[in-house]
Parts: sequence; structure tokens; C-alpha cells
Amino acid sequence: MSDDHVYLSLAEGHESGDERWAFGTGFEDPLYGVDTAVPDGVDTAELAASCLALGDDALVSTQRLAEWTTRAPELEEEVALANIGLDLLGQARLLYARCGQVDGTGRGEDAYAYFRDAEDFRPVRLAELPNGDFAFCVARLLVLSSWRLAHFHHLTASPDPVLAAIAAKGVKELTYHRQYAAEWVVRLGDGTEESHRRMRAALEQVGPYLDELFTAYDAQEEVAAVLRQVTQAAGLPFPAGQSLPGAGRDGDHTEHLALLLAELQSVARAHPEATW
Amino acid sequence: MSTTQHQRDDWPLYEVFVRGKRGLNHVHVGSLHAADDRMALTHARDLYTRRNEGVSIWAVRSEHIAASTRDEKDPFFAPSADKVYRHPTFYDIPDDVPHI
Repeated sequence: MSDDHVYLSLAEGHESGDERWAFGTGFEDPLYGVDTAVPDGVDTAELAASCLALGDDALVSTQRLAEWTTRAPELEEEVALANIGLDLLGQARLLYARCGQVDGTGRGEDAYAYFRDAEDFRPVRLAELPNGDFAFCVARLLVLSSWRLAHFHHLTASPDPVLAAIAAKGVKELTYHRQYAAEWVVRLGDGTEESHRRMRAALEQVGPYLDELFTAYDAQEEVAAVLRQVTQAAGLPFPAGQSLPGAGRDGDHTEHLALLLAELQSVARAHPEATW
Repeated sequence: MSTTQHQRDDWPLYEVFVRGKRGLNHVHVGSLHAADDRMALTHARDLYTRRNEGVSIWAVRSEHIAASTRDEKDPFFAPSADKVYRHPTFYDIPDDVPHI
């Protein structure tokens, strides 16, 4: 053991090459050994649309989570939110790459992220909403991660082996996102008068967007079970509210999406051939 | 700002130990503030294992660690400096005994 430096001992056993500079080692490619050929009988248009929509949810969520950087209430929470955003960005990249392989255009992931306009995006509207306070952040994260987790569980049995592998990777990440959000909803709901009030307001804000999620993928049972358990533990009412007409999946978006994309895409569009 | 700072100071300090994939023991990696044990674990996960460093985390309240002080350095450690006979270097090790 090299106890002189903690990370040297953690990285011990990886003597070869430059790996030791990245303290963590032994990274795995989630698509290693997965056959990328589309199996017979799979509707490629449907598969591409599915990958695109799930990629858009992840990309837009990533951008919102990244906006917390330098603004989160605690340094540790800032890192936690950025980590969650990076998990989702990883999912978006894999999903866009798969979309490009199967939709016949051969486009790369950047083409989907940076060179489509708002009307071509298909995220659910809950992901688009501005950040608001930390209570809204964790309320939204709880709902979106619970819903996406149920969806990804289902997709691990997808006839497309690539989508199934992406989903299998995502399930572990989303389980942590849900847990992180649930712990905060309970902590704030069961905290001070002020934190309870703001947590309650955040859930009321999320409520009207639930039906849109279940229309996109019906996980009402799983999500409701999570929300029931968490809100009971937090002493909060179950989020309800008149559901809003329209759906992000059909191209109906809030006015916030275009602004979010303008910022997200500005550098790539100003320097289209740039690499970094 | 002063209120936030005050609340932050109320969060106790934790020491974090991580066991790497191939390591045999947990190694101290740093410290953090957290409101409770559970938050200390999730903070440790997010701060100290995000580059795939670990497979197990211990978080312990710093105040629960009994530590030797600088003043005790001589009475504690100096006496062992000249006890060379405590090292097992006076034995002849047969050639066919491995791993020594």
C-alpha cells in the first residue's frame, strides 16, 4: 500500500500507462460487445423517435441542472446536481448516437443537440421549466427520475439491444437520482415551517405536468407509489392539480425551451467546426 | 450571508474513508459537512467517489475520532525509534518460503 498519497493507494494495481492520472480507473463502455445492427421486425422510425425524445428530456434536464453550478445552497449539493446532470448528459449522448444510426440520416450526437431548433425538440415540458428554488429542483427531479426510471426498467427488455443496454446503464443512475431527490423532499417537507411551505409550493407547481408524463409513457402506478411514500414521510400533500393541455412530445413547448436552447447552442453555432 | 454561514457552521464535520476497488482497507480521503449521517454518505459519494475511486464508504463524525496530539509525539512515538530488536530482521528466512 502507498499510504503516502490517498489516491495513489486507491489507484494501486493500475500501473500501466496514464490511467493513474485519472484517479478512478476501470471505466466501462456501456455498449461494449453490444451488436449495433437493428434486429428484424423493429420499426426504425419508432425507435428513432423514442431515442430522440428520451435524449431531449435528458439534455434539457442536464442544462437546467448545470445552471445550479455556482448557485446551489451548498457546495456538496452543487457537485451532486452537476453529477446528476452529467449522468443524464451521458444518456443523451448515447440516445442521440443511436438515433443517428437508425433514422437513416447518419447524424452524430452534436447534430441533434446543437443544430436543431426548438420546434424539432420533443422534451416533456416539466423538464423545460426554469429552475426556481431548490425545493422545485428536487420536486421536479423526484418526479422526472421516478418516471424515467420506470420507463428505463421497461426498456431494458427492448428488442433493440443498444437501447436495452443504454436503459440498463441508466437504471442504476436514475435510482440514485430518485433517492437523492426523495431524501431532500423528506428533509425539507419535514423541516422548518419555511422549508415545508416551499416544498409544498414546489409540489403544487409540478402537479399539473404529471399527466403529460403518463401520456408519453404510462408509469402512473410506479410514480404515484413513489410520490405517496415520499410525501407521506415528508408530511406533504400528494401533488395534484388541473393538468395542462398539450404535450412536449407533440411539439407543444413552454416559452422557456427556446431560451434554454439559445444558450446551450450558442457556442457550437458560432464555431460550427470547432473541436475541443 | 451571516445567517447562512451560521447554519453552515452548525452542520457537523465528518471524516470520509473510501475503500478502492482493489484496496484491502478503507483510506481517509477527506472531510465534509453534513446535517446527518445519511447526508454525509451521499455527500461523500458525490464528492469523493465520482471518478470511480471506491466501492465502500465510511463516514464518521470527526468529534468521534480519538486522536493523539502533537504534544504526545515524544512519549508516544520516540521510544520505539531505537528498539531495532522489535523488527523481525534477525531471522534467517529459508529460500523456499514465499511472500516474505
